[in-house]
Amino acid sequence: MLLEAIGVRKLYGTFCALDSVTLAIPAGQFVSIVGPNGAGKTTLVNVLTGAVPPSAGRVRFKGQDVAGVGPVRLARLGMARAFQLVSVFPDLGVGDTIAVAVLNRQRRGARPFASLRADRAVWDEVAALAELFGLGASLGRPARTLAQGDKKLLDVASAFALRPEVILLDEPTSGVSTADKHAIMEVLVQAAARLGIKSIIQVEHDMDIVFGYSDRIVALHQGRVLADGPPAALQADAEVMATVVGRARA
Amino acid sequence: MIGRAATVVGLIALVSAPFVAPPYQLTLLLPAFAYGIALLGLNLLFGTTGLLSFGHALFLALGAYTAAWLTSRVGVRSLEVIVLAAALVGATVAVPVGLLCVRYVKIYFGMLTLAFGMLFYSFLYKFYTLTGGDEGIRVLRPTLLGAPFADLDKVAFLTGPFYYYALALLAAAALIMRRIVRSPLGLSLRAIRENPDKAGFVGVSVRRYRFYAFVIAAVFGAVGGALLAVPTGLADPLLAYWTHSGNLVFMLLLGGFQNFLGPVVGALVFIVLQDQVMSLTAYWRFVFGGLLAVVVIFFPGGLLGLGRPRERSA
Repeated sequence: MLLEAIGVRKLYGTFCALDSVTLAIPAGQFVSIVGPNGAGKTTLVNVLTGAVPPSAGRVRFKGQDVAGVGPVRLARLGMARAFQLVSVFPDLGVGDTIAVAVLNRQRRGARPFASLRADRAVWDEVAALAELFGLGASLGRPARTLAQGDKKLLDVASAFALRPEVILLDEPTSGVSTADKHAIMEVLVQAAARLGIKSIIQVEHDMDIVFGYSDRIVALHQGRVLADGPPAALQADAEVMATVVGRARA
Repeated sequence: MIGRAATVVGLIALVSAPFVAPPYQLTLLLPAFAYGIALLGLNLLFGTTGLLSFGHALFLALGAYTAAWLTSRVGVRSLEVIVLAAALVGATVAVPVGLLCVRYVKIYFGMLTLAFGMLFYSFLYKFYTLTGGDEGIRVLRPTLLGAPFADLDKVAFLTGPFYYYALALLAAAALIMRRIVRSPLGLSLRAIRENPDKAGFVGVSVRRYRFYAFVIAAVFGAVGGALLAVPTGLADPLLAYWTHSGNLVFMLLLGGFQNFLGPVVGALVFIVLQDQVMSLTAYWRFVFGGLLAVVVIFFPGGLLGLGRPRERSA
């Protein structure tokens, strides 16, 4: 099993954000985590990525306990994450942004006297990744000058540059126009296939995206797993659909 | 291109200055060279990494006292040995101080560095037998590349061989720092400055890299401090006082921390301006306070940022 959450509970004071959440995600699945606001989706991603430790329970990645290990170690183990709100380095260029991830994946990010520009292998990989995400023409542009959709792609591209086995995407299409959403998802899925990413886990509100791309959907409600199964099974469950989406999906 | 041409012109002007400028003006440039080295380090911490230290004078004082101890109490006169020893002492002290300080950011980092600076100031002031107390310790004339230049009087020594020695050291420090800023470490530090959370998620060990920047900055600070002490001939506790750290930050802002050579220009302009204003009025601090306000409000990019479009805070 690639990633497991076993009896995870997360308390913020007296508020229970996650309660007895158990998940097992094998390689080869595109998993969507859905649920109404406050269901605990982002908390679950935070716990799965080691950003916050669970109050109880365990999180295992490739058999190792990763609860609260922090992002750097997790990245080295093979898990990456992109945030709900676009998270880029505003004044760094597109190429530099991806290069940071490439260099640190190779554990060469702390060399103080090596020439950055002369490292052809790094820049070839950066160019190939940027091309994969449709950013090949913007390598020198500062991230802050990109359109919102491109910023989102850059955010995800830098996570993909870590060559993770699992990537967790917190609302990868939030803040992006409806017209751009599917384009972003297509780029993302194709890039994942090209780079050999074994599993994608996303938090998503847009049900068209969720049902269009997922192999499996985990529905959360009030911190608990309400349903867990293939899209067709969830779609057939009117009660779950009413809770998660607010209506039955046509 | 313009920047490179200006750098070459500036360097030629500094190299030829001893042939045209009066000795007094040349002796003014010596502390500017020393501050230039220290500020290159401080700017790795602030301009590149985004950590503003209010206690960097601690490391200049360490360098100056290393020079004083070695020349006055140990009998070592070689400036090469002094500079290397200062770098080593700076790095040694920076390790525990940095390990504590880089756990914090923004104002907490600034206050903690200030606290360590003032702790060292108190140490220098109170431990009389070790530090000479408020009188400090004399820094005797060092040898340069083994040559004592005994036939030269103090002014001739300072404005001749020492001037070129200090300028060469500044140029070497600038080349080394340029390499660091353009290295993978430099890129990782810029990523940390821009967005530390994101940096962590792309594998940057944020705290560890901040620590590296802190130690490198300390080494540059201590080397600058050792060089600073030679023309004045004294290491005294005021070198570690918080106002000295404030001056360093002022120099950074004045020259422009977003420009690689901004700190060096800031040091040069600050020293010359301070001399001029002090000769005109006893209220030079008042004038400098006003100048600092003008720089921050109207020219946040400093002197070397004057041509750039202005950025407002959010």
